[in-house]
Amino acid sequence: MSAMMTNLLEWVDARFPLTSNWKAHLSEYYAPKNFNFWYFFGSLSLLVLVLQIVTGIFLTMHYKPDASLNVSGVPVAFASVEYIMRDVPWGWLIRYMHSTGASAFFLVVYMHMFRGLLYGSYRKPRELIWLFGMFIFLALMGEAFFGYLLPWGQMSYWGAQVIVNLFSAIPFIGPDLSLWLRGDFVVGDATLNRFFAFHVIAVPLVLLGLVAAHILALHEVGSNNPDGVEIKKKKDARGIPLDGIPFHPYYTVKDIVAVVVFLMVFSVIMFFIPEFGGYFLEYNNFIPANPLVTPPHIAPVWYFTPYYSMLRAVTVNFFWIDAKFWGVVAMGGGVLILLFLPWLDRSPVKSIRYKGPIFKTALGIFLVSFFTLGYLGMLVPTPGRTLVAQICTVLYFGFFLLMPIYSQLDKCKPEPERVTE
Amino acid sequence: MSGDDKVDCGRRRLIMATATVGGAAGIVAAVPFVASMMPSERAKAAGAPVEVEFGKLALGEMMTVEWRGKPVWIINRNKEMLDSLKKTDDLVSDPHSDRPMQPDYCKNEARSIKPEYMVVIGICTHLGCSPTEKFKTGAASGVAPDWPGGFLCPCHGSTFDLAGRVYKGKPAPTNLEVPAHKYLGDTKIVIGIGQDGKEA
Repeated sequence: MSAMMTNLLEWVDARFPLTSNWKAHLSEYYAPKNFNFWYFFGSLSLLVLVLQIVTGIFLTMHYKPDASLNVSGVPVAFASVEYIMRDVPWGWLIRYMHSTGASAFFLVVYMHMFRGLLYGSYRKPRELIWLFGMFIFLALMGEAFFGYLLPWGQMSYWGAQVIVNLFSAIPFIGPDLSLWLRGDFVVGDATLNRFFAFHVIAVPLVLLGLVAAHILALHEVGSNNPDGVEIKKKKDARGIPLDGIPFHPYYTVKDIVAVVVFLMVFSVIMFFIPEFGGYFLEYNNFIPANPLVTPPHIAPVWYFTPYYSMLRAVTVNFFWIDAKFWGVVAMGGGVLILLFLPWLDRSPVKSIRYKGPIFKTALGIFLVSFFTLGYLGMLVPTPGRTLVAQICTVLYFGFFLLMPIYSQLDKCKPEPERVTE
Repeated sequence: MSGDDKVDCGRRRLIMATATVGGAAGIVAAVPFVASMMPSERAKAAGAPVEVEFGKLALGEMMTVEWRGKPVWIINRNKEMLDSLKKTDDLVSDPHSDRPMQPDYCKNEARSIKPEYMVVIGICTHLGCSPTEKFKTGAASGVAPDWPGGFLCPCHGSTFDLAGRVYKGKPAPTNLEVPAHKYLGDTKIVIGIGQDGKEA
């Protein structure tokens, strides 16, 4: 039996780089031995990606992207989601898995990004890993936005209306651009159909390609670690990093523990609180889309609220261009500024463990303003709240724009030669 | 090039020319795909004018009709409501409707053909939400203690007076749009065709 398997493997290896890839990416990919809690979220993002693709495939078997009204006067798309929830065997489970998965995706990706921020994982030579990761984040935001229109509820409709109209704020080409995106003068059937196409095929293909690039770039330079020191600098006689251990079996086994814990939490939410108090599935989205009435309070899903707060924090016109445009600039800039992080951080050390008090304070201020913006984005705007959002927006941008200065001024501790226990 | 380090310029030029022509063809081939995302002929044809009869609209009330998929409000303004427009002159960013958000025949104090009947598209000029009617004045409105009556956009907090004029310092850049419309009778209008006969 085993001789047959060996022969089969040899037959395959002569025709396809199976064993060499297995070694390069798993059994002989040496990862630093000091990974901690924060290093679970990369594998968990992959897990959620697979979960979303699989549940998504099964949802498309029953979902209909059609805004016309059925005989009962309900939009067909909205009715098909109710059909999945009520009549399709296990349809409710698959849909709740997909909707909970969307929020879980952002949670693990935000944690994964924060890990990068903590340990300087974006610093040289990992700039491209960070850039690919940021493009994944952008694609993920697009994916979530397109997917949110599909149930064709009130929040779907008005959320899409607001975001598509963001483009109309761009001087000169804006109005035509938003018309082109919608395919109609208002968000309608044409918009629903194209968002379906983007959500189920265009963006997922881009996402998969970017994930492959992200991992290939990572395996080219090797993983960073909580100490921010390069393990490849100290190798043994065989050329293996002294502080490295093979990803498989050491980290595959460790990650399985994380997967089990993650799935336990995921299941509790999916089975008992899938709406999560209106934060994962908003209550107004259980009302079919009505183009004539905006719900009294609209807010995006939690993962977009920090950026949404920045959008509405800008109420002043600059340079004779409307505040509306600058709000869009603030929102887009808030996301895109993360792209430049590898070149903004001038600290002599990578990891927060050896950075000084200035960086730690700045990171604390950044976190507080990010969470405050996220919280305010869920609430109705009042003059007081707008002022707080404006302050937090300035602090958020200050963290990045002032980084080249304060990261150099900071009093850092010396990095160790090798990773610490 | 088999060991010869010299670049064959003729071949290099051929490659450049092929790449240019091929690239241009690629761009041209993208045109139909990009154009296919513009509104279809059917979507364009769906924007026909709409006739509305509002004789039963009580004083101080509003009604909503659909035109081109958008809500159009018709408001029967009473005397207090019209008087409030004088008070809001100083509070709004474009009191004289200088920006072209209305047909010329509505460029007046009340932004309407007949002062009492306001006809306006109920879509916020910020990001396209439909503002909520806040006709109650003062603190009871929940907007502000000295609120003179108007509209509040639930999405980003823009406020408008009873002529659809936007308040200063709000995210919406312009007043609400007054659609082209024309009176067919005392209380009957057609939306989409102007008083001057021009189609919107």
